[in-house]
Amino acid sequence: MTDGPRGPLPYSDVIRERWRRPRFRGRLEDANAVAEDVNPLCGDRVRFMLRLADGRVQTARYVGDSCAICTASADVLAEMLEGRRRDEALAISVGDVLETLAADVRPTRMRCVSLPLTVLATALASPR
Amino acid sequence: MRLDELTRGDFPILNRVVGGRPVVYLDSAASSQRPRSVIEAMTRYYEWSHANVHRSIHTLGEEATELYEAARERVQRFIGAERREEVIFTRGTTDGLGIVADAIGHTLSPGDEILVTEMEHHSNIVPWQMAARIKGARLRAIPVTDEGVLDLDAFDRLLSERTRVLALAHVSNVLGTINPVAEMCAKARRMGAITVVDGAQAAPHMPLDIPAMNCDFYAFSGHKMLGPTGIGVLWGRYAVLDRLEPTRGGSEMIKEVWIEGARWNDLPWRFEPGTPPIAEAVGLGAAIEYLEKVGMERVAEHERELAAQAVARLSVIPGIAVYGPPESTARGAVVAFSVVGVHPHDVSAFLDAEGIAVRAGHHCAQPLMRSLGVVGTTRASFAVYTSPEEVDLLARTLPGIRDAF
Repeated sequence: MTDGPRGPLPYSDVIRERWRRPRFRGRLEDANAVAEDVNPLCGDRVRFMLRLADGRVQTARYVGDSCAICTASADVLAEMLEGRRRDEALAISVGDVLETLAADVRPTRMRCVSLPLTVLATALASPR
Repeated sequence: MRLDELTRGDFPILNRVVGGRPVVYLDSAASSQRPRSVIEAMTRYYEWSHANVHRSIHTLGEEATELYEAARERVQRFIGAERREEVIFTRGTTDGLGIVADAIGHTLSPGDEILVTEMEHHSNIVPWQMAARIKGARLRAIPVTDEGVLDLDAFDRLLSERTRVLALAHVSNVLGTINPVAEMCAKARRMGAITVVDGAQAAPHMPLDIPAMNCDFYAFSGHKMLGPTGIGVLWGRYAVLDRLEPTRGGSEMIKEVWIEGARWNDLPWRFEPGTPPIAEAVGLGAAIEYLEKVGMERVAEHERELAAQAVARLSVIPGIAVYGPPESTARGAVVAFSVVGVHPHDVSAFLDAEGIAVRAGHHCAQPLMRSLGVVGTTRASFAVYTSPEEVDLLARTLPGIRDAF
Protein backbone atom coordinates (compact mmCIF):
# COMPACT_ATOMS: atom_id res chain seq x y z
CA MET A 1 0.00 0.00 0.00
CA THR A 2 1.52 3.31 -1.02
CA ASP A 3 1.01 6.73 0.46
CA GLY A 4 1.22 8.58 -2.85
CA PRO A 5 -1.76 9.56 -4.98
CA ARG A 6 -3.40 6.61 -6.77
CA GLY A 7 -5.88 8.20 -9.12
CA PRO A 8 -5.23 11.64 -10.57
CA LEU A 9 -6.92 14.44 -8.68
CA PRO A 10 -9.77 15.41 -10.99
CA TYR A 11 -8.61 19.02 -11.25
CA SER A 12 -6.95 20.49 -14.31
CA ASP A 13 -3.81 22.63 -14.31
CA VAL A 14 -5.99 25.64 -15.14
CA ILE A 15 -8.11 25.07 -12.02
CA ARG A 16 -5.05 24.68 -9.82
CA GLU A 17 -3.33 27.70 -11.33
CA ARG A 18 -6.38 29.95 -10.94
CA TRP A 19 -6.91 28.70 -7.39
CA ARG A 20 -3.30 29.48 -6.44
CA ARG A 21 -3.07 32.78 -8.26
CA PRO A 22 -6.51 34.16 -9.08
CA ARG A 23 -6.30 37.12 -11.47
CA PHE A 24 -9.69 38.75 -11.02
CA ARG A 25 -10.41 38.13 -7.37
CA GLY A 26 -11.00 41.33 -5.42
CA ARG A 27 -13.42 44.13 -4.75
CA LEU A 28 -14.61 46.74 -7.22
CA GLU A 29 -15.42 50.03 -5.52
CA ASP A 30 -17.21 51.67 -8.46
CA ALA A 31 -19.30 48.66 -9.43
CA ASN A 32 -22.75 49.42 -10.82
CA ALA A 33 -24.01 45.86 -11.08
CA VAL A 34 -23.60 43.53 -8.11
CA ALA A 35 -25.03 40.19 -7.10
CA GLU A 36 -24.27 37.45 -4.60
CA ASP A 37 -25.54 33.94 -4.07
CA VAL A 38 -24.73 30.71 -2.28
CA ASN A 39 -24.45 27.12 -3.37
CA PRO A 40 -26.92 25.26 -1.13
CA LEU A 41 -24.87 22.10 -1.61
CA CYS A 42 -21.84 23.37 0.26
CA GLY A 43 -22.57 26.91 1.46
CA ASP A 44 -20.06 28.40 -0.97
CA ARG A 45 -20.64 32.09 -1.60
CA VAL A 46 -19.74 34.18 -4.64
CA ARG A 47 -20.24 37.90 -5.12
CA PHE A 48 -19.76 39.40 -8.56
CA MET A 49 -19.09 43.12 -9.01
CA LEU A 50 -19.26 44.65 -12.46
CA ARG A 51 -18.54 48.07 -13.85
CA LEU A 52 -20.79 48.53 -16.88
CA ALA A 53 -20.35 51.40 -19.31
CA ASP A 54 -21.83 51.97 -22.77
CA GLY A 55 -23.59 48.61 -22.55
CA ARG A 56 -20.33 46.77 -22.05
CA VAL A 57 -18.65 45.11 -19.08
CA GLN A 58 -15.66 47.30 -18.44
CA THR A 59 -14.34 45.58 -15.33
CA ALA A 60 -15.34 42.42 -13.50
CA ARG A 61 -14.26 41.26 -10.06
CA TYR A 62 -15.51 38.70 -7.59
CA VAL A 63 -15.03 37.71 -3.97
CA GLY A 64 -16.29 34.76 -2.00
CA ASP A 65 -15.73 31.68 0.06
CA SER A 66 -15.39 28.99 -2.52
CA CYS A 67 -13.60 25.80 -3.49
CA ALA A 68 -10.92 25.55 -6.16
CA ILE A 69 -13.39 24.67 -8.93
CA CYS A 70 -15.79 27.49 -8.08
CA THR A 71 -12.98 30.03 -7.70
CA ALA A 72 -11.41 29.01 -10.99
CA SER A 73 -14.80 29.19 -12.70
CA ALA A 74 -15.37 32.72 -11.37
CA ASP A 75 -11.86 33.74 -12.35
CA VAL A 76 -12.02 32.60 -15.97
CA LEU A 77 -15.55 33.96 -16.24
CA ALA A 78 -14.42 37.40 -15.09
CA GLU A 79 -11.66 37.30 -17.67
CA MET A 80 -14.08 36.33 -20.44
CA LEU A 81 -16.48 39.09 -19.42
CA GLU A 82 -14.35 42.14 -19.76
CA GLY A 83 -15.08 44.10 -22.90
CA ARG A 84 -18.20 42.11 -23.74
CA ARG A 85 -21.64 43.54 -24.41
CA ARG A 86 -24.39 42.61 -21.94
CA ASP A 87 -26.01 40.12 -24.31
CA GLU A 88 -22.63 38.60 -25.11
CA ALA A 89 -21.86 38.30 -21.40
CA LEU A 90 -25.19 36.60 -20.78
CA ALA A 91 -24.51 34.18 -23.62
CA ILE A 92 -21.45 32.67 -21.90
CA SER A 93 -22.38 29.11 -21.06
CA VAL A 94 -21.25 26.50 -18.55
CA GLY A 95 -19.75 24.70 -21.54
CA ASP A 96 -17.62 27.75 -22.39
CA VAL A 97 -16.31 27.92 -18.84
CA LEU A 98 -15.62 24.18 -18.73
CA GLU A 99 -13.70 24.41 -21.98
CA THR A 100 -11.51 27.18 -20.59
CA LEU A 101 -10.98 25.23 -17.38
CA ALA A 102 -9.98 22.22 -19.50
CA ALA A 103 -11.49 20.05 -16.80
CA ASP A 104 -13.68 17.00 -16.66
CA VAL A 105 -15.86 18.07 -13.74
CA ARG A 106 -18.06 15.44 -12.12
CA PRO A 107 -21.83 15.97 -11.99
CA THR A 108 -21.73 16.44 -8.20
CA ARG A 109 -19.42 19.42 -8.63
CA MET A 110 -21.18 21.07 -11.60
CA ARG A 111 -22.87 23.51 -9.21
CA CYS A 112 -19.38 24.73 -8.30
CA VAL A 113 -18.85 25.64 -11.97
CA SER A 114 -22.29 27.11 -12.55
CA LEU A 115 -22.66 29.24 -9.39
CA PRO A 116 -20.57 32.16 -10.77
CA LEU A 117 -22.66 32.09 -13.98
CA THR A 118 -25.91 32.25 -12.01
CA VAL A 119 -24.60 35.15 -9.94
CA LEU A 120 -23.42 36.92 -13.10
CA ALA A 121 -26.88 36.61 -14.69
CA THR A 122 -28.45 38.14 -11.56
CA ALA A 123 -25.90 40.97 -11.55
CA LEU A 124 -26.61 41.78 -15.18
CA ALA A 125 -30.34 41.82 -14.46
CA SER A 126 -29.97 44.06 -11.40
CA PRO A 127 -31.03 47.71 -11.77
CA ARG A 128 -28.28 50.22 -12.31
CA MET B 1 -10.45 -10.01 17.73
CA ARG B 2 -11.03 -6.36 16.87
CA LEU B 3 -14.60 -5.35 16.09
CA ASP B 4 -13.84 -4.33 12.51
CA GLU B 5 -12.15 -7.68 11.88
CA LEU B 6 -15.17 -9.45 13.31
CA THR B 7 -17.78 -7.50 11.33
CA ARG B 8 -16.20 -6.40 8.03
CA GLY B 9 -17.05 -9.57 6.17
CA ASP B 10 -20.75 -8.99 6.89
CA PHE B 11 -20.81 -5.78 4.80
CA PRO B 12 -20.77 -6.67 1.09
CA ILE B 13 -20.30 -3.06 -0.09
CA LEU B 14 -16.94 -2.81 1.66
CA ASN B 15 -15.49 -5.07 -1.05
CA ARG B 16 -16.18 -2.37 -3.63
CA VAL B 17 -12.95 -1.09 -5.18
CA VAL B 18 -12.60 2.70 -5.51
CA GLY B 19 -9.36 4.38 -6.54
CA GLY B 20 -7.62 1.02 -6.86
CA ARG B 21 -8.33 -0.34 -3.37
CA PRO B 22 -11.34 -1.50 -1.35
CA VAL B 23 -13.24 1.67 -0.52
CA VAL B 24 -12.17 3.37 2.69
CA TYR B 25 -15.57 4.47 3.91
CA LEU B 26 -15.22 7.21 6.50
CA ASP B 27 -18.66 8.72 6.01
CA SER B 28 -20.84 6.60 8.29
CA ALA B 29 -22.22 9.62 10.16
CA ALA B 30 -23.94 10.68 6.93
CA SER B 31 -25.16 7.15 6.27
CA SER B 32 -23.71 3.87 7.43
CA GLN B 33 -23.43 0.73 5.34
CA ARG B 34 -25.59 -2.26 6.12
CA PRO B 35 -24.79 -5.89 6.84
CA ARG B 36 -26.01 -8.76 4.70
CA SER B 37 -28.49 -9.76 7.40
CA VAL B 38 -30.38 -6.48 6.98
CA ILE B 39 -30.47 -6.74 3.20
CA GLU B 40 -31.60 -10.37 3.45
CA ALA B 41 -34.32 -9.64 6.01
CA MET B 42 -35.82 -7.03 3.70
CA THR B 43 -35.55 -9.29 0.65
CA ARG B 44 -37.14 -12.17 2.57
CA TYR B 45 -39.97 -9.88 3.65
CA TYR B 46 -40.65 -8.75 0.07
CA GLU B 47 -40.36 -12.26 -1.35
CA TRP B 48 -42.41 -14.00 1.33
CA SER B 49 -44.59 -11.81 3.55
CA HIS B 50 -45.45 -8.47 1.99
CA ALA B 51 -48.92 -6.96 2.23
CA ASN B 52 -50.27 -3.83 3.84
CA VAL B 53 -50.31 -3.85 7.62
CA HIS B 54 -53.02 -3.67 10.27
CA ARG B 55 -56.28 -4.08 8.34
CA SER B 56 -55.50 -6.99 6.03
CA ILE B 57 -57.41 -10.07 7.20
CA HIS B 58 -55.32 -12.55 5.28
CA THR B 59 -52.15 -14.54 5.83
CA LEU B 60 -49.72 -12.15 4.16
CA GLY B 61 -51.24 -9.11 5.83
CA GLU B 62 -51.11 -10.78 9.22
CA GLU B 63 -47.47 -11.75 8.73
CA ALA B 64 -46.55 -8.24 7.59
CA THR B 65 -48.30 -6.77 10.64
CA GLU B 66 -46.57 -9.20 12.96
CA LEU B 67 -43.17 -8.37 11.49
CA TYR B 68 -43.82 -4.64 11.61
CA GLU B 69 -44.96 -4.71 15.24
CA ALA B 70 -42.16 -7.10 16.20
CA ALA B 71 -39.71 -4.50 14.87
CA ARG B 72 -41.36 -1.95 17.15
CA GLU B 73 -40.88 -4.21 20.14
CA ARG B 74 -37.23 -4.71 19.24
CA VAL B 75 -36.74 -0.94 19.10
CA GLN B 76 -38.52 -0.60 22.44
CA ARG B 77 -36.09 -3.03 24.08
CA PHE B 78 -33.07 -1.48 22.35
CA ILE B 79 -33.76 2.01 23.71
CA GLY B 80 -35.14 0.90 27.06
CA ALA B 81 -38.60 2.39 26.50
CA GLU B 82 -41.18 1.45 29.10
CA ARG B 83 -44.09 1.10 26.67
CA ARG B 84 -44.39 0.08 23.05
CA GLU B 85 -46.94 2.86 22.55
CA GLU B 86 -44.07 5.31 22.97
CA VAL B 87 -42.24 4.05 19.86
CA ILE B 88 -43.36 5.76 16.65
CA PHE B 89 -41.94 4.80 13.28
CA THR B 90 -41.06 7.83 11.15
CA ARG B 91 -39.17 8.45 7.90
CA GLY B 92 -36.04 9.48 9.77
CA THR B 93 -34.73 11.88 12.40
CA THR B 94 -35.74 14.97 10.43
CA ASP B 95 -39.27 13.60 10.10
CA GLY B 96 -39.44 12.75 13.80
CA LEU B 97 -38.28 16.21 14.87
CA GLY B 98 -40.73 17.74 12.40
CA ILE B 99 -43.65 15.75 13.83
CA VAL B 100 -42.85 16.98 17.34
CA ALA B 101 -42.24 20.59 16.26
CA ASP B 102 -45.54 20.67 14.30
CA ALA B 103 -47.51 19.22 17.19
CA ILE B 104 -45.94 21.42 19.87
CA GLY B 105 -46.06 24.43 17.55
CA HIS B 106 -49.85 24.50 17.79
CA THR B 107 -49.65 24.85 21.55
CA LEU B 108 -47.26 27.85 21.58
CA SER B 109 -48.22 31.43 22.36
CA PRO B 110 -46.56 34.76 21.56
CA GLY B 111 -43.66 35.35 23.94
CA ASP B 112 -42.95 31.63 24.42
CA GLU B 113 -39.37 30.61 23.85
CA ILE B 114 -37.83 27.61 22.18
CA LEU B 115 -34.27 26.88 23.20
CA VAL B 116 -31.94 25.11 20.76
CA THR B 117 -28.15 25.04 20.61
CA GLU B 118 -25.66 26.57 18.22
CA MET B 119 -24.36 23.10 17.32
CA GLU B 120 -27.69 21.73 16.06
CA HIS B 121 -28.21 20.12 12.69
CA HIS B 122 -30.56 22.23 10.55
CA SER B 123 -33.21 19.55 11.16
CA ASN B 124 -33.35 20.57 14.81
CA ILE B 125 -33.42 24.32 14.06
CA VAL B 126 -35.61 24.93 11.05
CA PRO B 127 -38.75 23.01 12.19
CA TRP B 128 -38.61 25.08 15.40
CA GLN B 129 -38.20 28.30 13.42
CA MET B 130 -41.32 27.35 11.48
CA ALA B 131 -43.23 26.51 14.66
CA ALA B 132 -42.11 29.74 16.32
CA ARG B 133 -43.02 31.91 13.35
CA ILE B 134 -46.64 30.74 13.22
CA LYS B 135 -47.37 31.55 16.86
CA GLY B 136 -45.02 34.48 17.42
CA ALA B 137 -42.71 32.51 19.68
CA ARG B 138 -38.98 33.15 19.85
CA LEU B 139 -36.08 30.87 19.05
CA ARG B 140 -32.93 31.22 21.16
CA ALA B 141 -29.67 29.31 20.97
CA ILE B 142 -27.21 28.10 23.60
CA PRO B 143 -23.71 29.06 22.38
CA VAL B 144 -20.77 26.72 21.96
CA THR B 145 -17.50 27.46 23.77
CA ASP B 146 -14.05 27.49 22.14
CA GLU B 147 -13.60 24.00 23.59
CA GLY B 148 -16.44 22.77 21.41
CA VAL B 149 -18.89 22.14 24.24
CA LEU B 150 -22.14 23.85 25.19
CA ASP B 151 -21.86 26.95 27.35
CA LEU B 152 -23.80 25.67 30.35
CA ASP B 153 -23.71 29.00 32.17
CA ALA B 154 -25.39 30.56 29.16
CA PHE B 155 -27.91 27.72 29.24
CA ASP B 156 -28.78 28.57 32.84
CA ARG B 157 -29.25 32.20 31.88
CA LEU B 158 -31.35 31.41 28.81
CA LEU B 159 -33.60 28.89 30.55
CA SER B 160 -36.64 30.56 32.07
CA GLU B 161 -40.34 30.04 32.68
CA ARG B 162 -40.84 31.35 29.13
CA THR B 163 -38.94 28.32 27.78
CA ARG B 164 -41.53 25.92 26.36
CA VAL B 165 -39.12 23.64 24.52
CA LEU B 166 -35.50 22.60 24.86
CA ALA B 167 -34.31 20.87 21.67
CA LEU B 168 -30.75 19.63 21.47
CA ALA B 169 -28.47 17.03 19.94
CA HIS B 170 -27.28 14.13 22.04
CA VAL B 171 -24.06 14.03 19.99
CA SER B 172 -22.96 16.81 17.63
CA ASN B 173 -22.72 15.64 14.01
CA VAL B 174 -19.70 17.91 13.48
CA LEU B 175 -17.83 18.29 16.76
CA GLY B 176 -18.63 14.85 18.12
CA THR B 177 -19.39 16.50 21.45
CA ILE B 178 -21.50 14.34 23.75
CA ASN B 179 -23.86 16.79 25.42
CA PRO B 180 -24.97 16.38 29.05
CA VAL B 181 -28.56 15.78 27.96
CA ALA B 182 -29.78 14.15 31.18
CA GLU B 183 -28.73 17.12 33.33
CA MET B 184 -29.95 19.71 30.84
CA CYS B 185 -33.29 18.00 30.22
CA ALA B 186 -33.88 17.61 33.96
CA LYS B 187 -33.35 21.35 34.46
CA ALA B 188 -35.58 22.25 31.55
CA ARG B 189 -38.35 19.91 32.65
CA ARG B 190 -38.27 21.39 36.17
CA MET B 191 -38.90 24.71 34.44
CA GLY B 192 -41.92 23.18 32.70
CA ALA B 193 -40.37 22.87 29.23
CA ILE B 194 -40.81 19.93 26.87
CA THR B 195 -37.43 18.37 26.04
CA VAL B 196 -36.57 17.00 22.61
CA VAL B 197 -33.33 15.19 21.80
CA ASP B 198 -31.86 14.60 18.34
CA GLY B 199 -30.22 11.21 18.73
CA ALA B 200 -29.19 10.68 15.11
CA GLN B 201 -25.48 10.55 15.98
CA ALA B 202 -25.89 8.76 19.30
CA ALA B 203 -28.28 5.85 18.74
CA PRO B 204 -25.92 4.06 16.31
CA HIS B 205 -22.90 4.40 18.55
CA MET B 206 -23.65 3.94 22.26
CA PRO B 207 -25.94 2.03 24.61
CA LEU B 208 -29.17 3.96 25.05
CA ASP B 209 -31.31 4.19 28.13
CA ILE B 210 -33.85 6.76 27.07
CA PRO B 211 -35.90 6.99 30.30
CA ALA B 212 -32.67 7.86 32.14
CA MET B 213 -32.15 10.82 29.84
CA ASN B 214 -35.03 12.81 31.35
CA CYS B 215 -36.21 13.88 27.91
CA ASP B 216 -39.77 13.84 26.55
CA PHE B 217 -38.85 13.03 22.94
CA TYR B 218 -35.90 11.29 21.31
CA ALA B 219 -35.51 10.91 17.53
CA PHE B 220 -33.09 8.86 15.43
CA SER B 221 -32.64 7.35 11.95
CA GLY B 222 -32.36 3.78 10.71
CA HIS B 223 -29.85 4.38 7.94
CA LYS B 224 -27.16 5.73 10.26
CA MET B 225 -27.29 2.58 12.41
CA LEU B 226 -26.73 -0.14 9.81
CA GLY B 227 -30.42 -0.13 8.84
CA PRO B 228 -32.29 0.99 5.73
CA THR B 229 -33.04 4.53 4.56
CA GLY B 230 -36.60 5.82 4.85
CA ILE B 231 -37.20 4.82 8.45
CA GLY B 232 -36.56 6.39 11.80
CA VAL B 233 -37.87 6.29 15.33
CA LEU B 234 -39.50 8.94 17.44
CA TRP B 235 -39.76 7.97 21.08
CA GLY B 236 -42.18 10.06 23.12
CA ARG B 237 -42.89 9.92 26.86
CA TYR B 238 -46.39 8.47 27.02
CA ALA B 239 -47.97 11.19 29.14
CA VAL B 240 -46.59 13.96 26.92
CA LEU B 241 -47.23 12.17 23.64
CA ASP B 242 -50.81 11.40 24.60
CA ARG B 243 -51.51 15.11 25.16
CA LEU B 244 -50.31 16.15 21.69
CA GLU B 245 -52.65 16.52 18.75
CA PRO B 246 -51.45 14.83 15.55
CA THR B 247 -50.87 17.20 12.65
CA ARG B 248 -50.98 14.73 9.77
CA GLY B 249 -54.16 12.84 9.08
CA GLY B 250 -55.36 9.75 7.29
CA SER B 251 -55.19 5.98 7.26
CA GLU B 252 -53.84 4.27 10.38
CA MET B 253 -53.97 7.31 12.65
CA ILE B 254 -57.79 7.25 12.78
CA LYS B 255 -60.37 5.31 14.78
CA GLU B 256 -63.59 6.71 13.35
CA VAL B 257 -64.43 9.32 10.74
CA TRP B 258 -67.54 11.39 10.05
CA ILE B 259 -67.76 14.24 7.59
CA GLU B 260 -67.80 16.60 10.56
CA GLY B 261 -64.75 15.19 12.27
CA ALA B 262 -62.69 12.22 13.34
CA ARG B 263 -61.52 10.41 16.41
CA TRP B 264 -57.83 9.55 16.66
CA ASN B 265 -56.45 6.06 16.97
CA ASP B 266 -54.48 4.92 20.03
CA LEU B 267 -50.75 5.42 20.39
CA PRO B 268 -48.41 4.82 18.64
CA TRP B 269 -50.47 4.62 15.43
CA ARG B 270 -51.97 8.09 16.02
CA PHE B 271 -48.70 9.51 14.71
CA GLU B 272 -48.25 7.02 11.86
CA PRO B 273 -50.57 8.13 9.04
CA GLY B 274 -50.38 6.36 5.70
CA THR B 275 -48.85 3.01 4.85
CA PRO B 276 -45.71 2.87 6.95
CA PRO B 277 -42.25 1.82 5.73
CA ILE B 278 -42.85 -1.87 6.50
CA ALA B 279 -39.84 -3.47 4.84
CA GLU B 280 -37.70 -0.73 6.34
CA ALA B 281 -39.03 -1.50 9.81
CA VAL B 282 -38.12 -5.15 9.23
CA GLY B 283 -34.66 -4.03 8.10
CA LEU B 284 -34.24 -1.76 11.13
CA GLY B 285 -35.19 -4.67 13.36
CA ALA B 286 -32.48 -6.76 11.72
CA ALA B 287 -29.95 -3.93 12.13
CA ILE B 288 -30.73 -3.69 15.84
CA GLU B 289 -30.45 -7.45 16.16
CA TYR B 290 -26.99 -7.20 14.56
CA LEU B 291 -25.90 -4.35 16.86
CA GLU B 292 -27.20 -6.18 19.93
CA LYS B 293 -25.31 -9.29 18.95
CA VAL B 294 -22.11 -7.26 18.68
CA GLY B 295 -22.96 -5.35 21.86
CA MET B 296 -23.38 -1.60 22.06
CA GLU B 297 -20.77 -1.24 24.79
CA ARG B 298 -18.28 -2.81 22.44
CA VAL B 299 -19.40 -0.61 19.54
CA ALA B 300 -18.92 2.47 21.70
CA GLU B 301 -15.47 1.36 22.84
CA HIS B 302 -14.32 0.55 19.29
CA GLU B 303 -15.43 3.92 17.96
CA ARG B 304 -14.04 5.80 20.94
CA GLU B 305 -10.64 4.32 20.13
CA LEU B 306 -10.94 5.25 16.45
CA ALA B 307 -11.94 8.82 17.28
CA ALA B 308 -9.07 9.17 19.75
CA GLN B 309 -6.65 7.77 17.16
CA ALA B 310 -7.92 10.19 14.51
CA VAL B 311 -7.73 13.22 16.81
CA ALA B 312 -4.22 12.29 17.95
CA ARG B 313 -2.93 11.60 14.45
CA LEU B 314 -4.55 14.50 12.61
CA SER B 315 -3.86 17.21 15.16
CA VAL B 316 -0.07 16.80 14.83
CA ILE B 317 -0.11 17.30 11.03
CA PRO B 318 1.06 20.86 10.25
CA GLY B 319 -1.67 22.99 8.71
CA ILE B 320 -4.51 20.83 9.99
CA ALA B 321 -6.95 22.04 12.62
CA VAL B 322 -9.14 19.50 14.39
CA TYR B 323 -12.47 20.72 15.81
CA GLY B 324 -14.38 19.54 18.82
CA PRO B 325 -13.65 18.79 22.45
CA PRO B 326 -10.06 18.22 23.58
CA GLU B 327 -8.37 14.84 23.20
CA SER B 328 -8.99 13.87 26.80
CA THR B 329 -12.78 14.21 26.47
CA ALA B 330 -14.90 11.37 25.14
CA ARG B 331 -16.53 12.15 21.83
CA GLY B 332 -18.84 10.51 19.33
CA ALA B 333 -17.68 8.70 16.21
CA VAL B 334 -16.87 11.83 14.19
CA VAL B 335 -13.77 13.98 13.73
CA ALA B 336 -14.06 17.21 11.77
CA PHE B 337 -10.97 19.06 10.59
CA SER B 338 -9.78 21.66 8.14
CA VAL B 339 -6.64 22.04 6.06
CA VAL B 340 -5.29 25.58 5.97
CA GLY B 341 -5.63 27.08 2.51
CA VAL B 342 -7.64 24.21 1.04
CA HIS B 343 -11.42 24.26 0.72
CA PRO B 344 -13.17 21.31 2.43
CA HIS B 345 -14.67 20.13 -0.86
CA ASP B 346 -11.24 20.07 -2.42
CA VAL B 347 -9.93 18.09 0.56
CA SER B 348 -12.76 15.63 -0.01
CA ALA B 349 -12.05 15.38 -3.76
CA PHE B 350 -8.34 14.84 -3.03
CA LEU B 351 -9.14 12.03 -0.58
CA ASP B 352 -11.65 10.48 -2.99
CA ALA B 353 -8.91 10.24 -5.61
CA GLU B 354 -7.14 8.08 -2.98
CA GLY B 355 -10.24 5.95 -2.48
CA ILE B 356 -11.12 7.56 0.86
CA ALA B 357 -14.74 8.70 1.31
CA VAL B 358 -15.27 11.58 3.76
CA ARG B 359 -17.86 14.30 4.06
CA ALA B 360 -17.14 17.95 3.39
CA GLY B 361 -19.10 21.15 3.68
CA HIS B 362 -21.31 22.70 6.34
CA HIS B 363 -22.78 19.34 7.46
CA CYS B 364 -26.21 21.00 7.71
CA ALA B 365 -24.91 23.00 10.67
CA GLN B 366 -24.37 26.49 9.26
CA PRO B 367 -24.84 28.37 12.56
CA LEU B 368 -22.08 26.19 14.03
CA MET B 369 -19.84 26.85 11.00
CA ARG B 370 -20.29 30.60 11.53
CA SER B 371 -19.43 30.25 15.18
CA LEU B 372 -16.28 28.30 14.22
CA GLY B 373 -15.52 30.99 11.64
CA VAL B 374 -15.33 28.58 8.69
CA VAL B 375 -17.35 27.93 5.53
CA GLY B 376 -17.22 24.23 6.14
CA THR B 377 -15.08 21.41 7.43
CA THR B 378 -14.05 17.95 6.33
CA ARG B 379 -15.40 15.16 8.49
CA ALA B 380 -14.27 11.58 8.97
CA SER B 381 -16.76 9.35 10.75
CA PHE B 382 -16.73 5.77 11.91
CA ALA B 383 -18.85 2.69 12.46
CA VAL B 384 -18.45 -0.89 13.66
CA TYR B 385 -16.60 -1.89 10.50
CA THR B 386 -14.10 1.00 10.45
CA SER B 387 -10.53 -0.17 11.03
CA PRO B 388 -7.60 1.63 12.68
CA GLU B 389 -5.69 1.00 9.41
CA GLU B 390 -8.25 3.16 7.60
CA VAL B 391 -7.78 5.98 10.10
CA ASP B 392 -4.04 5.54 9.72
CA LEU B 393 -4.34 5.77 5.94
CA LEU B 394 -6.28 9.01 6.24
CA ALA B 395 -3.55 10.44 8.47
CA ARG B 396 -0.79 9.31 6.09
CA THR B 397 -2.56 10.61 3.00
CA LEU B 398 -3.47 14.09 4.21
CA PRO B 399 0.04 15.62 4.29
CA GLY B 400 0.27 15.03 0.51
CA ILE B 401 -2.55 17.48 -0.08
CA ARG B 402 -0.12 20.41 0.18
CA ASP B 403 1.49 19.48 -3.14
CA ALA B 404 -1.81 18.84 -4.88
CA PHE B 405 -3.05 22.42 -4.64
